[in-house]
Amino acid sequence: MNIKKFVIENIPLIGLLLLMFLVSLINENFLTVDNLLNIFRQTSINAIIAMGMTFVILTAGIDLSSGSILAFAGAVCATLIAADVPLILALPSTLVLGAALGAASGSIVAYFGVQAFIATLVAMTMVRGGVLVFTGGRPISTGNFDVANIFYEVGGGYIGGVPIPVIITGVVFIICWYVLNHTRLGRYTYAIGGNEQATKLAGINVARVKVTVYAISGALAALAGIILTARLESAQPTAGLGYELDAIAAVVLGGTSLTGGRGRITGTLIGALIIGVLNNALNILDVSSYFQMIAKGSVILLAVVLDGRSKAST
Amino acid sequence: MSVLLELERVEKAFGAVSVLNGVDMTVLAGRAVALAGENGAGKSTLMKIITGTHSRDAGVIRFRGKETNFNTARQSMDAGIAMIHQELNLLPALTVGENIFLGREPVDRARRVKWSEIYDQAEYWLKKLKQDIDPRAETGTLSIAQQQMVEIAKALSMNAELIIMDEPTDSLTDVETKILFEVVKKLRDSGKGLIFISHRLRDIFDMCDDVVVLRDGSMVHQSPVADISEDELIRHMVGRELSDRYPYVPSSSSKTRLRVTNLVAPGVRDVSFEACAGEVVGFAGLVGAGRTELGKAIYGANPARSGRIEIDGDEVCVRSPNDGLKYGIGYVTEDRKLEGLIQAHSINHNMSMAGLQRFTSKLGKINKNNERKAVTQYIDAFSIKAQGIDTSVAQLSGGNQQKVSIGKSLIPEPKILILDEPTRGVDVGAKREIYALINELKAQGLCILLMSSDMPELLGVSDRILVMSNGFLTGEFGHGEANQEVIMHCTLVELTEGKQE
Repeated sequence: MNIKKFVIENIPLIGLLLLMFLVSLINENFLTVDNLLNIFRQTSINAIIAMGMTFVILTAGIDLSSGSILAFAGAVCATLIAADVPLILALPSTLVLGAALGAASGSIVAYFGVQAFIATLVAMTMVRGGVLVFTGGRPISTGNFDVANIFYEVGGGYIGGVPIPVIITGVVFIICWYVLNHTRLGRYTYAIGGNEQATKLAGINVARVKVTVYAISGALAALAGIILTARLESAQPTAGLGYELDAIAAVVLGGTSLTGGRGRITGTLIGALIIGVLNNALNILDVSSYFQMIAKGSVILLAVVLDGRSKAST
Repeated sequence: MSVLLELERVEKAFGAVSVLNGVDMTVLAGRAVALAGENGAGKSTLMKIITGTHSRDAGVIRFRGKETNFNTARQSMDAGIAMIHQELNLLPALTVGENIFLGREPVDRARRVKWSEIYDQAEYWLKKLKQDIDPRAETGTLSIAQQQMVEIAKALSMNAELIIMDEPTDSLTDVETKILFEVVKKLRDSGKGLIFISHRLRDIFDMCDDVVVLRDGSMVHQSPVADISEDELIRHMVGRELSDRYPYVPSSSSKTRLRVTNLVAPGVRDVSFEACAGEVVGFAGLVGAGRTELGKAIYGANPARSGRIEIDGDEVCVRSPNDGLKYGIGYVTEDRKLEGLIQAHSINHNMSMAGLQRFTSKLGKINKNNERKAVTQYIDAFSIKAQGIDTSVAQLSGGNQQKVSIGKSLIPEPKILILDEPTRGVDVGAKREIYALINELKAQGLCILLMSSDMPELLGVSDRILVMSNGFLTGEFGHGEANQEVIMHCTLVELTEGKQE
């Protein structure tokens, strides 16, 4: 009985380990420290966005604007760096910008009762438009000041052999885990997804929690934008297109319910890793990127169906 | 009189837990049988076996002389057994007629729905019940009582011979209950058999011919209602003597805690009253009289448009439940399922939700030990029956859910507690525990506003009863001054005056 319970509660983890095992059988280069660190680094962008997305989905919402916010934040950050603004100012203000954009769509959801899908779809479109206006449709280089070289380290550097984006992902994970499991904000996030009406009637300021949750998602999308821009040493106006969908896939793969109230941040991290491992494996196996999309879709479908079945059987 | 339904030694176990151990029961055509018993006695399981939702482990069920073995609710329906659930199964966005013929719409050769037939038929069956309901009306706009009539009409239209009703009077007012009685009488006279599941003793004695009592999965009593007294019935249900159904302790304090002046809110026209610390103020009235709305207005869930609310002499502005909570108001909703609890979450998380602030450090960390300690205290004090503190609320019986709901409103340590139908859907034993709890809270100096449709309960527990009708207060009585007739008079007289406006 307990083994069964363990399996059901940890399907994402078991899936990830199984996938890694299978890939390592096919290719001996897969299970090397270098390749694994590589996977972690490639996964970090999606993982960071997905962790913000987890908050939103736990409240039974959705955030489609992550990719656009990523691009906007990247463009603003690149501009600041190119203007020789020190990192200590440039990075926080970029994060605040992301949080503000998230809070804006969160406010539309919380105070005007617009469905999250629509509100963030609007945000996605408008912010993307804003990026194109801001950049004039051209990439923005981070420039040649000294600060640009330090900035590059955020996306491309290492500390003790570990890529900095991986370290950032770890820190974000710990903070998110703490907030969700040990603070009132976390408890309310779950509660709203479980039964919004009851949460409101319990005297909880539901609107404020919602705005906060979308702000977190926006800030983390901006953080992902910073990392991406740093690594590429420039901001692309089309950066992050469709990233929100990968993030949603990671959240769902991690076992979080799209109807809210149920899920874990650990699952999201594992979900992002499953997608990362899959991409990596298909690359190693030299599968064309066209087929990769089909394969990725199939795995997500399989995972979600299996998850739904096992939950229904309990 | 012919035997309609006959159960012999029906058994059922879920895993290792035996729920029904050899239940016998007979329903005669043209008679209404009350199925009584505490929550968890096995009533719902028994009904689910009769209607084919659950399979039985052993025993025989005969319906109209034939042994049956239904596997789905559909099969039992086709055979002539209709079940009307407590939470009615109608789709609110469809019309009455569409609901009655849902899934079996008459169609012509081109498979087009014959709407005129649907509405003519629907009207026919509603007329049979002497109900003036427009079959073209959107079902969601009808009152609960009317929706129930639609369900009955639906059952009749399917040629049901046996109609099972689960807690049919729970959300009905006294007037509506009387109408239901009339309909039931008509059904009986036309030879239908009825099974009533009810927690209200009055229903059983007013409406039913026979009574069957289940206790812990066994049938402990079966007789005509005329052969049993209320006290005997309760004794059979709980298995022990309940000395005093409404333990009343007079209020000791006279310090005004809450003063409401000329309050106007959606559903509340103009209400002024005072309530003291350590006092239970009962609110009587028909459904829709504005009691729930008044409670919600004071708590901030349904903010007041004008008027004053003073707590301990200070005027407060309550614009949201969040404000209500801050000013020390606790609120227990009448709708546990939709508004009260998060069904999928644990007892612990549900109960501590409103009062989390108490367990949070300055750095924002929840002290889970303190939280669990406080919740466990309430679980023990209310004798909530559950596997553990982390059990999900959905697994609890109605009475235990209600206790969780009350506990949740108490953890923030309120000064004023609003209880809206706190004993709805709760069995006799748990009801008494809730009354004892109300007395205890009263002794601790809590000011309690009790909205209830259960008149004996209101009369028994309240220090004062205020009667509401049509958004106004229409009467005030001290404990022992009123009786059901007087209160009824207040609710009715004003209702007609209100209509003339």
